[in-house]
Amino acid sequence: MVTGPAPPAPVPKVSARGLGVRFHGVPALSGVDLDVAPREILGIIGPAGSGKTSFLRAINRMDEFIPGMEIEGSLSLDGRDVRRFRNLYALRRRVGVVFPLPVGLPLSVYDNVALSPRLSGVRGKDELDGIVEKCLRRAALWDEVRDRLDTLGSLLSGGQQQRLTIARALSQSPDLLLLDEFSIAVDPVTTMRIEDVLRELREEVTIILVTNLVQQARRVADRTAFFLTGEMVEVGPTEALFEGGARDPRTTDYIEGRFG
Amino acid sequence: MFQPTPVDLRNRAREGLVRWLLLGLTLVIILPVLLILGVLAWKGTPALSLEFLFTEPREAMTAGGILPALVGTVWLVAVALLASVPVGVAAAVYLSEYAPDNALTRIINLAIMNLAGVPSIVHALFGVGAFVYFFRFGTSILAASLTLAVMSLPVIIVSTREALQAVPRAFREACWAMGATRWQTIRHVVLPNSVSGILTGVILEVAHTAGETAPIMFTGAAFFVPFLPEGIHDQTMALSLHLFIISTQVPGVPEPVPFAVALVLISLVMSMNAASIWVRTRLRRRKKW
Ligand SMILES: Nc1ncnc2c1ncn2[C@@H]1O[C@H](COP(=O)(O)OP(=O)(O)O)[C@@H](O)[C@H]1O
Ligand SMILES: [Mg+2]
Repeated sequence: MVTGPAPPAPVPKVSARGLGVRFHGVPALSGVDLDVAPREILGIIGPAGSGKTSFLRAINRMDEFIPGMEIEGSLSLDGRDVRRFRNLYALRRRVGVVFPLPVGLPLSVYDNVALSPRLSGVRGKDELDGIVEKCLRRAALWDEVRDRLDTLGSLLSGGQQQRLTIARALSQSPDLLLLDEFSIAVDPVTTMRIEDVLRELREEVTIILVTNLVQQARRVADRTAFFLTGEMVEVGPTEALFEGGARDPRTTDYIEGRFG
Repeated sequence: MFQPTPVDLRNRAREGLVRWLLLGLTLVIILPVLLILGVLAWKGTPALSLEFLFTEPREAMTAGGILPALVGTVWLVAVALLASVPVGVAAAVYLSEYAPDNALTRIINLAIMNLAGVPSIVHALFGVGAFVYFFRFGTSILAASLTLAVMSLPVIIVSTREALQAVPRAFREACWAMGATRWQTIRHVVLPNSVSGILTGVILEVAHTAGETAPIMFTGAAFFVPFLPEGIHDQTMALSLHLFIISTQVPGVPEPVPFAVALVLISLVMSMNAASIWVRTRLRRRKKW
């Protein structure tokens, strides 16, 4: 199922060196050194408050919208420092994000998926139709909504909304996908379907999967990182980590559920 | 098996009590409104007629109709809204979506709150100084409407801001994360989902604006103008001022006439409200999350 560490690539998709995040001066994350290879799935596990979401927010520069958030150290996407990106909107369009709670925007299902292409200037009806169908198919939602593309996205079931969110993220044609505890409000069957979707997407997209389910990392991640109280304790091949090969005893404790 | 416990019984009794109490208080509020409407309808209807609505006053306003005042009020309200809604909504959007949370923003918010409490006669004096003399609009619909607009700005800003803040932040974050700018997010997600709330504030101000007398008295509304306004630089009659004048300043006005004028004013306000409520429900049908 899992093939071990991705082969080292010349330019990592994401590269963090001494990365830290502060909120109003209080560190939420510090000293993270981490490379994510192109087209790997990196799992991030760790208890609540350990800085996982902050890490994702640093990558797509949400500090623009979060008062008091500061990024320190270096963080690059395809070798370009995200802190030097002039056009943050272009940066964010390359990075799809899926949030913990499904966010179906109060627009029709169609408009949810077509919004991002429209915002970046796609106008043709045929082209939009094509994008919408393709993204909904890839998010394994098309068959359930093809007949009601004009119902409100916010009225779908939680599991459907979460797949809608994935379709919306894909509509940006991102080359990096960030998922933040996507299964928190989703039933187990939908969770499995989304995990299948992720395994397929891996052919084209790099994925960082923050998860509250340790076993989910085991099922889908090539490598897994363990965050704890604002630090990255370690990162390694998922297989090794879960087979008792963790270097730090805290990692093993967390994985095996022996954690306070 | 499911015997109510004493606590259940007490809660049930309390529930009933609270319910009746709330209903009672609601009726107490509605009662005066119904009484007013009833008295106006009863005493005013005899004077109402198409002629009353569509002719000009005659014989020193003791006879004839109220057309210039009716048309004047519509002008005043419309021009006031044209000025206050765009400015108020823009200010609210800035305060809710762009302004950093700092001392300056807080002072501005406080100032807006205080502005809402300024008595209308003070607005009137401000309007005379600012619009009639300083900007040299003279006593005109423009000056009067701008005075009314300034008066209604605080309410429009506050209610619009509340409506914007009612849109969950998660929607904004989802939009920003897609690479949308703040404005794109506002335009496509925030505003469409807050129009109904914004309209609520506007509706309140329509009524408020149409009924005010003091702010227009010195700025553009006149005692008697025997023709219809042709533009915003004309003076005009207005229902509220006309009502004030015929009930206090003009001898020999038949008794039903002031009631009829009040009835027309209230009907005008209520039909404007009804129209906005209709628009609002149509818009709200789309808003669900
Ligand atoms: N917007 C914010 N303002 C202030 N503190 C925050 C904010 N977001 C997160 N934090 C703090 O940063 C720390 C890490 O949070 P987070 O990255 O959300 O952790 P995780 O996703 O692992 O649960 C927590 O202590 C949290 O309280
Ligand atoms: Mg989190």
